Parts: sequence; structure tokens; C-alpha cells
Amino acid sequence: MVMIFFDKLGRKIVSKLESLGKFSLFLVEIVRWLFVPPFRFKEIFYYTEKIGVDSIAIVSLSTFTTGMIIGLQLVNILRLLGAEIYAGAGVAFSMSRELAPVITAIVLIAKNGSGMTAEIGSMKVTEQIDALETMTVNPLRYLVVPRLFASILVFPALTALANVVGILGGYVASVYIMQVNKVYYLKEMYFWVDPEDIWSGLIKAFVFGIIVTVICCFNGLNTKGGAKGVGDATTKAVVISTISILIADYFMTYLFISIFLRV
Amino acid sequence: MNGDSKHIIRVENLHKAFGTNNVLEGVDIQIEEGKVTTIIGKSGIGKSVLLKNIIGIMKPDKGKIFFKGEDVTALPKSKLLELRKNMGYLFQDAALFDFMTVEENISFPIIEQLKIKSRSEIKKRVAKLLDLVELPGIEKRMPSELSGGMRKRVGLARAIAVEPQVVLFDEPTTGLDPILAENINELIMMVNKKLSMTCLVISHDIASTFRRTDKVAFLHDGTIGFFGNPDEAVASKHPVLKKFISNSFRPLED
Repeated sequence: MVMIFFDKLGRKIVSKLESLGKFSLFLVEIVRWLFVPPFRFKEIFYYTEKIGVDSIAIVSLSTFTTGMIIGLQLVNILRLLGAEIYAGAGVAFSMSRELAPVITAIVLIAKNGSGMTAEIGSMKVTEQIDALETMTVNPLRYLVVPRLFASILVFPALTALANVVGILGGYVASVYIMQVNKVYYLKEMYFWVDPEDIWSGLIKAFVFGIIVTVICCFNGLNTKGGAKGVGDATTKAVVISTISILIADYFMTYLFISIFLRV
Repeated sequence: MNGDSKHIIRVENLHKAFGTNNVLEGVDIQIEEGKVTTIIGKSGIGKSVLLKNIIGIMKPDKGKIFFKGEDVTALPKSKLLELRKNMGYLFQDAALFDFMTVEENISFPIIEQLKIKSRSEIKKRVAKLLDLVELPGIEKRMPSELSGGMRKRVGLARAIAVEPQVVLFDEPTTGLDPILAENINELIMMVNKKLSMTCLVISHDIASTFRRTDKVAFLHDGTIGFFGNPDEAVASKHPVLKKFISNSFRPLED
């Protein structure tokens, strides 16, 4: 029994290490191709539109609602202390530093990350990736690098939009629903929120874009089997990239607070 | 060894395993230039793996593959890509890019490998290739709108778009009705005779294959169990090959 346990454990560790090794090699390859011209601008524009332009409505809706919820909650709590005019600052802080990049990333994982894995995965199981290689086209360069460039552009851009829409949502909820004085609300928001708050969120979005694309494309390229394989790979990619952005968010927040953000 | 000009491809002692599953265990085969060679064998025996090793999208664990005397397995990646331009590959389910039209699919290797940018030149070539596979005027269709036989013919047009010296066919007739299968077999012969391309075909369609192919290779237990012309294959004493062939030709009994 003990031997079987250790045998299984050993195999599991070896398989995990093998995946880690594969992933590291994949990263090295990607970084290499990022800097090798010619760049596939046609594909980059295509994915920028697909990930970016097509996601404006859903990102706006998600962050507007989030901004409203945060506005309602903050006014409700701060009113107990007679400090509801600070709700605007609270909404702007939470949106710019955390919620805008995280909500945007989660929406894009659900909408585009899953799609990346499913598309590349089904190409893998129907030998379309092999076909690319027989025609001397590197699949990483053709399928992954343009998506990565697009994500690097789109994640921060949509996060910037999410900031505006989220703060607007907070304003609507606080001023029009909870009847907070709009002059003081805005005054406190301008006073407390600094450009660093916005920048830190945009840097996070940039990193999230890389994490999501790399994880989702890697899982797509390593899809095995048929339709079930594609489904499994997509689920795995969504779960891993969601957890990864939250972990990365913690470390980046810690780093930014230590370097330049106020408490 | 390298001076043998008659053989365009030579495989020596090729080994390939997936985990503990040894698929190829010392394959030796020589493919004659300008001829049709057919590889037969049981399903899952490693025929596609052999083809993928030859074109270089799989790396052998051991052994050598020569293309026109040059050891492909020892080539740096840049040279391997260059050499791949001499080979076309028709996949089992055609592997057409499903997000592209027929025209984009066929023009893909023309743009990527031949670096032709002129739109009119590309259109002309695509139309000519579609004529060749007897599917004129379907440029704007998506692969999902095509039947199995049409997909294979478009796949063939794409495989020969860069005028390779060798075309590898991975079960080109599997899943097709006998008339369509015959049609594909005729196209293979056209590629061989009219375009003078060497053809290496994996097939389960023994009866039709034996009428047309120049050489037959029987892959069994990870090695080439038999290699020769179709008549020799029929006369072979190899027990498994004998059973394989007799089952293919046996009439239905009451």
C-alpha cells in the first residue's frame, strides 16, 4: 500500500515537473518571438478588435455595476460615521487600484481567454497546428504572439475605460440614489486620488494581459484528445488564469504599497 | 550511402516512443523518386507517426532520415524549414484552417512559403489549383460548407500549392464512399504522373492501392515487415501481411 502511494505520488510529481518544464520552454520561445520581425500586424489588429472592441460593452456593464455596488456599500457604512462624502474617494481608490483591473481581467478570461484555449485546442486536435508546421509556419509565432501583443494593448485600455465607468457607477449610486452632496463627494475624490493609483492599476492590467494570454494559449496548444480534451483544457485554463491573476495581484499590491502607494 | 540518387527519402533505424509505448522500433525504408509508395498496416501501428517524422513535425528518438542524401535529423531548424518546402502533406481530415475560406487556405502556403504577395498572382494560382482538383469556383466557401471529399481535395490543392517534390498522404481515402475514394486515388496518380511528384501514401484501401502503387511497405510491430512491388506483396509469405491482403480481397460469403 505504502509503495503504491509513493509510486503514484512520484509519478504525479514527475508529471507536474514535466509540465512546468514545458511551460518554461514555452515562455522562453514566446519571449524570443516577441522581438523577431516581421510582426503580423494583420493578426494583431484582428485580435485587438476581437478582444478589445468587442468587449467594451460587457466590461462597461460589469464595472458600472461594480462601481454602483461599492458606492452603495461605502455610503451606507460611512454614513454611520457622518463621513459619506469620502465615499467618492473610496470608490475611486478601489476601482483604480483593484477592481477595474481585476474585474476587467476576469471578464476577459471568461470571454476571450476561454475562447483562445478552445480555438487553439480544437486546431490542435484537428491537426491544424501540425498543418501550420508543415507549411513552415511556427504556431507560436502565428497563434500566440499576435494574441499576446493584442492583450498587452487591450487589457490596460479596457481597464482605463473600466476606471471611468466604475467611478461613474459609484457617483450615480452615491449622489443620485444615496443623496450624497455631489460637490463634497467630488472634492474629496480629487483630493485623495493620485495618478499613481491609476498607474498601479494599469500596470496590473498589463501583467494580467500577459498572464491570461500565456496560460490560455499554453493550455490550448497542449490539448489532447477530442471534444472532451478541448473542454477540459478550456476549464483548466480559465481556473488557472483566474487564480494566477489574483495571486499576482496580491504580490503587485504589496510591491506598490511598499514603493509608492499611500495606505 | 548518401550518393544514392534514385531514392529521394531514406529512413534508417527510426525509433519513436510515446512514454512507455514504443511505436516505431527500427524502421528502415527507401522511397524512390517519382514513384508512388504506399504504406499499409494495422490502425494505430504508427504509420502517421512515420510520416510526421519524415516531414519533421515529430522528432525521432533514434535513427536518421535522409532527404536527397541530406540528414534531416541533424539539420538546424532554419535549414529544416527550408527543406520542408520540398514536401507537401495531406492530413487525414484535410486539416483545413476552419477560420479561413478555401481561397485563404490554399493561398496560405503560397504567401508563407513562396513569399508571393501579388493578389492577382495568388488568385491565379489558387484558381489553377482548384481546377486541378476539379473544384473550380469554390474560393469563397468556408471549410464547414464542404463535404468530406471536397475538403480532402482542397487539402490536396493546399499540399501541392508550393509544387513540392514529395507529397505525403495520410489516409486520403478513409471515410469516403468508393466513388469518391476512387476519385482521390486518381488525383494521387495525377499528382504523380502529371506533376511528377513523388507520393508516399498511407492507405487502408488495399484493393485500389495495389492496382496503382509502385511499391508497398507493410508496417508491422514497429518495423517494415515487407517492402516490394504489389505482386510480391500478394505472393509474400509474411503471415500477417498475407492475412491483411487476403481479408481485403476476400469476397463476402453466404
